[in-house]
Amino acid sequence: MFSRDNWKEIFETIRKNKLRTFLSGFTVALGIFIFVSLFGFGNGLINTFDEFFQDDATNVFFFFPGRTSEPYKGYKSDRQIEFDNSDLADIEKNFPMVLEYITPRITRGSLVRYKSESNNYTTRAVGESHQFAEKTIMMKGRYLNTLDIADKTKYAVIGRLVEQDLFDDEEALGKFIDIGGSMFKVIGVFQDDGGDNEERMIYLPYTTRQLLEMNNDKIDQFIVGFKPEIGYTGAMAFERSLERFIKEKKYIAPDDENGIFIRNMADALQQNQQFAGVLQLIVAFVAFGTIIAGIIGISNIMVFVVKERTKELGIRKALGATPGNVISTILLESVFITTISGFTGMLLGVALLSSLGDTLEDYFITDPYINTGTAIFATIALIIFGAIAGYVPANRAAKIKPIVALRDE
Amino acid sequence: MIEIKDLHKSYKMGSNSLHVLKGINFKAEDGELVAIMGSSGSGKSTLLNILGMLDEADSGEYVLDGIPIKNLNETKAAKYRNKFLGFVFQSFNLINYKNAMENVSLPLYYQGMGRKERNEKALKYLEQVGLKPWATHLPNELSGGQKQRVAIARAMAAEPKLLLADEPTGALDSTTSYEVMDLIQKINDAGNTILVVTHEEDIAHMCKRIIHLKDGVIVEDKKVKQVRAADYVQ
Ligand SMILES: Nc1ncnc2c1ncn2[C@@H]1O[C@H](COP(=O)(O)OP(=O)(O)O)[C@@H](O)[C@H]1O
Ligand SMILES: [Mg+2]
Repeated sequence: MFSRDNWKEIFETIRKNKLRTFLSGFTVALGIFIFVSLFGFGNGLINTFDEFFQDDATNVFFFFPGRTSEPYKGYKSDRQIEFDNSDLADIEKNFPMVLEYITPRITRGSLVRYKSESNNYTTRAVGESHQFAEKTIMMKGRYLNTLDIADKTKYAVIGRLVEQDLFDDEEALGKFIDIGGSMFKVIGVFQDDGGDNEERMIYLPYTTRQLLEMNNDKIDQFIVGFKPEIGYTGAMAFERSLERFIKEKKYIAPDDENGIFIRNMADALQQNQQFAGVLQLIVAFVAFGTIIAGIIGISNIMVFVVKERTKELGIRKALGATPGNVISTILLESVFITTISGFTGMLLGVALLSSLGDTLEDYFITDPYINTGTAIFATIALIIFGAIAGYVPANRAAKIKPIVALRDE
Repeated sequence: MIEIKDLHKSYKMGSNSLHVLKGINFKAEDGELVAIMGSSGSGKSTLLNILGMLDEADSGEYVLDGIPIKNLNETKAAKYRNKFLGFVFQSFNLINYKNAMENVSLPLYYQGMGRKERNEKALKYLEQVGLKPWATHLPNELSGGQKQRVAIARAMAAEPKLLLADEPTGALDSTTSYEVMDLIQKINDAGNTILVVTHEEDIAHMCKRIIHLKDGVIVEDKKVKQVRAADYVQ
């Protein structure tokens, strides 16, 4: 059945029936191409999604102050809540088992000047562990450390783009910049995966900021990092006890929704992963549909091919072709065409995906890709199901009485 | 070579049934050249197709070269057709995307013969029908007579025991018809058994025996003095 001569006969038939070959080949190639592209786009979508979260640590809670909406323990409603340094110390003292770090964040916009260059930037006055919460990557120099915080040093860690804006080609490390009227020494330059805005930030010690603001101890918000090993349920429990602790300390009613706000990144991540999972399912479903459509496409073409060849098959039967010969003539030809065009379509799809890279980022598709296993699996599935789909009309053709086939016009 | 006894065949069309062959008894020896005559619709083709195992009889006996042909499955029938039978049709039935040589070598392909050998053999048979220079031409580049000669070469290539021709000259003008009959006579001269279906008297008289079909039975079976087609061909 697989002798060289058999293949020669098949090649000849293929070569001399270009339209038929083109039709079925094109359908299969297109099917696989669409499958690979769709699947790749889906993965690109998920990539984009993941990137929102990769930028920052996910084992953190953000605490923001609010205004109370209920009177409680003698305090009136509509009272502005404020955080201060004692909150940091209290949390550190009360949750040593689960707490990994805690850092304040005081955000201010400032005019920043170096020599003749100046620009408005956002400064964040933070603790040393803010680096972990924000996943700040140091390019040169160093990040703020415990000593800087204790000594209230006038040190600044600037973003890559700040350096670019203010210093051009000059070395920024060790230079002094004017931030809102005070001189700060640049001790480090960082980059961040969170995009351009993140790289236009300037980090300062929060104690220095408090000193500049009339030596107060207020903080805008703080970020709590928990030990990753406590897991999702542990994190949810920790969040609840932290909330209770802060509300008690600040005299906020336990059921007051507005006194403080908490953003739980672990929870957001969980939801994101669920969403990504659904997205993946939809993409897989659509891609699977393409393969089904491809299979239906080939089986239709096979029905057409067999119909078109009925008379020829009748002649072959009259000359001594057995039903087995007829089936293998049809099937081998179809499998050969689907294999070649299937893999062509697959390679074209993969080539398209890898050539796209970041160009579709505006459409939330980042680095679309398909893993080789999935692509090959889909191609082989299409070939196998195409063969099965082709077997039905081939078998029917094989069973037609030769005299009936010969009468076909 | 062939023996059939009380052969019956009817076609069912809806609730009606058309009884075409109503008990055919017939015998042909090795080396005979028999014409099967009858008016259109008398069942000539039906008979020939049954003899050629392209179709099945409803009842009756058929023995081909000592082998009873009965209850054959398609695979077996295909093998017998390939080994014992050659067909020539009125409409040639060449495969249009294969050239003359490839058409002729097709039965040899189904015999399992290697490509080189079967192409050589195909060329030899094309030479016998005078078409060797046309070996690489496609059917649509050939005249009707040439097509039929390719078809005859194809039927002979497998060296069958029995050649069956259904109105082989039906689509040809008389000059070409005689050329084809000349070829058939020569093949018969070489010892091959041939049945030719025709409704033309002159073609029938180029055979050695004429059978007349009417109303589903053989009404006449006579030996005739063969008219040589070569006398009419320059
Ligand atoms: N497949 C078929 N189905 C129904 N009727 C048929 C079929 N083939 C032939 N017939 C009928 O059987 C009769 C004999 O046909 P056929 O053997 O082809 O006659 P001939 O070759 O002598 O002209 C005709 O009446 C024809 O219409
Ligand atoms: Mg007829």
